Amino acid sequence: MTRSPHGPVPREAAVTASAPAPVAPAVSVAPGPHLHAAASTQRMMADVLVGLAPLVAVAVAQFRQHALFQMAIASCSAVVSEWLFARMRGRPATLWDLSALVTGLILALSLPAGAPWYAGAVGAAVAIGLGKAIFGGLGQNLFNPAMVGRAFAMISFPAALGASAYVSPSLGIEAVTSATPLTAFKMSGQVTPIGPLFLGATNGSIGETSALAALLGGLYLCFRRTAPWEIPAGAILAMGAAALPGLAGGGTTWTLAHDLSAGAFMYGAFFIATDPVTSPLTPRGKWIFGAGFGLLVAMIRRFSGYPEGVMFAILVMNALVPLINRGTIPVPVGGPAPQTR
Amino acid sequence: MSSDGPTPAERFLRGILPENPVLRQVLGICPTLAVTNTMEGAVTMTGAVLFVLTCANVLVSLIRPLLKPHLRILVFTLTIATFVTIADRLLAAFLYDMSRQLGPYIPLIIVNCIIIARCEICASKQPVRTALMDALGQSLGFGLALCALASVREILGFGTWFGKWLGWRVLPVGLSERVWAPWTVMILPPGAFIALALLLGAVNWATARARARKEA
Repeated sequence: MTRSPHGPVPREAAVTASAPAPVAPAVSVAPGPHLHAAASTQRMMADVLVGLAPLVAVAVAQFRQHALFQMAIASCSAVVSEWLFARMRGRPATLWDLSALVTGLILALSLPAGAPWYAGAVGAAVAIGLGKAIFGGLGQNLFNPAMVGRAFAMISFPAALGASAYVSPSLGIEAVTSATPLTAFKMSGQVTPIGPLFLGATNGSIGETSALAALLGGLYLCFRRTAPWEIPAGAILAMGAAALPGLAGGGTTWTLAHDLSAGAFMYGAFFIATDPVTSPLTPRGKWIFGAGFGLLVAMIRRFSGYPEGVMFAILVMNALVPLINRGTIPVPVGGPAPQTR
Repeated sequence: MSSDGPTPAERFLRGILPENPVLRQVLGICPTLAVTNTMEGAVTMTGAVLFVLTCANVLVSLIRPLLKPHLRILVFTLTIATFVTIADRLLAAFLYDMSRQLGPYIPLIIVNCIIIARCEICASKQPVRTALMDALGQSLGFGLALCALASVREILGFGTWFGKWLGWRVLPVGLSERVWAPWTVMILPPGAFIALALLLGAVNWATARARARKEA
């Protein structure tokens, strides 16, 4: 009779196995961890989908069929790629854990409405293939797959995903044909009023326009413990700290509130940076990770040629995760383990 | 010593796929990554390596009784450098644009591991005919790997194949940006790394499959 190494033996297994065995254990004892919560990848991913609902709603309300088009393309490509790469690796395709769907959707929400079809399709295929499957599948990847896919698409098709894609969608998006608030501020110092910026009546990637929607969905994830609250909290605090020197200088109307609501900061902090695979394990590590993310976004926005830096900030912080994990190993109860040589 | 080991014909065939210098031995990766964003670059580099490797192998094989063990690497390098200089000057004279595009990568053939490895492994121990066939096989293998990589990169990155010399277009002229666009990343260094890694993976997979089938 074999005993599961991770948790108690399921009841039916114990019952059927006890019939031929002469001595059945009255109490089944297995080494920990003993998980009692019904936590599963599928439940977490379904939570993320629920959390993304407000963003999807805002995206559809604002960009109409263009938003639906981006989401359909990227999600389909991600799911098909997941199936294809699982087949190539000789593994059962884990489509029902919804992780591929979430990757595709997060990627789609980070694309501009005017992006051509191949940006989402190639981006999602790269996200699943080069971002995840090559490292050994879900849970093994170093970098956030959706951001890997977006970076690939951005380097491959700079015209389709660069600043111009936001400004002049040639397919005629009636509602918004203006620069994103961050691009406008970077290029001409033009400050978008905080109201539209927070609610989402601005141009941008289809999922990033409304900080309110990201906040709502993100708080739901935090309450469900699907996303660790330390990461967005650390990111917002770091963004605040980065705004302090600007406060002393005064004179600008671009405030911390603008910085927090503009671009993909809220979306990235709540939905992308909190990916459990590519973020640190310890609470202290999560604070560091979040703060580093916020600081990098602030620095890229202020001192680089790019108007927005959420994607780069996440990829850079992903690369630091093993280091953060090693640096924040908690001291076990009863003091540190004695050094054995 | 020259009687044992593979025959010249076997050495020739082995260089092409079973012991392909790039795909199986993973040597000479620097030019492989650097010059393969166009087919022209790949073909020119292959030509230069073919010339240098053949001449160096033949010459080293001819002088092999004179080689002193502690000086042999030095002699190899000087021999190779002579032929690389010839190739470099010839390219500058007759293919000036290509010579400028390849830049330092032609002179860098001097330190290309493939050539030093063939001199050391084969030419310094084998008669001329064997060394010649070995050089031809290895050069063809090198060319095969470079052309495979360059085909992927040029087609995806520029939408052309031999675009500069023959003007062959894979994507039709005037294709709308909404339908399809070349992947800029494939002509940049990251594209070279990604494409080479995928190619190596495919070759490893095919090799493992072939071996499994043979054993089964």
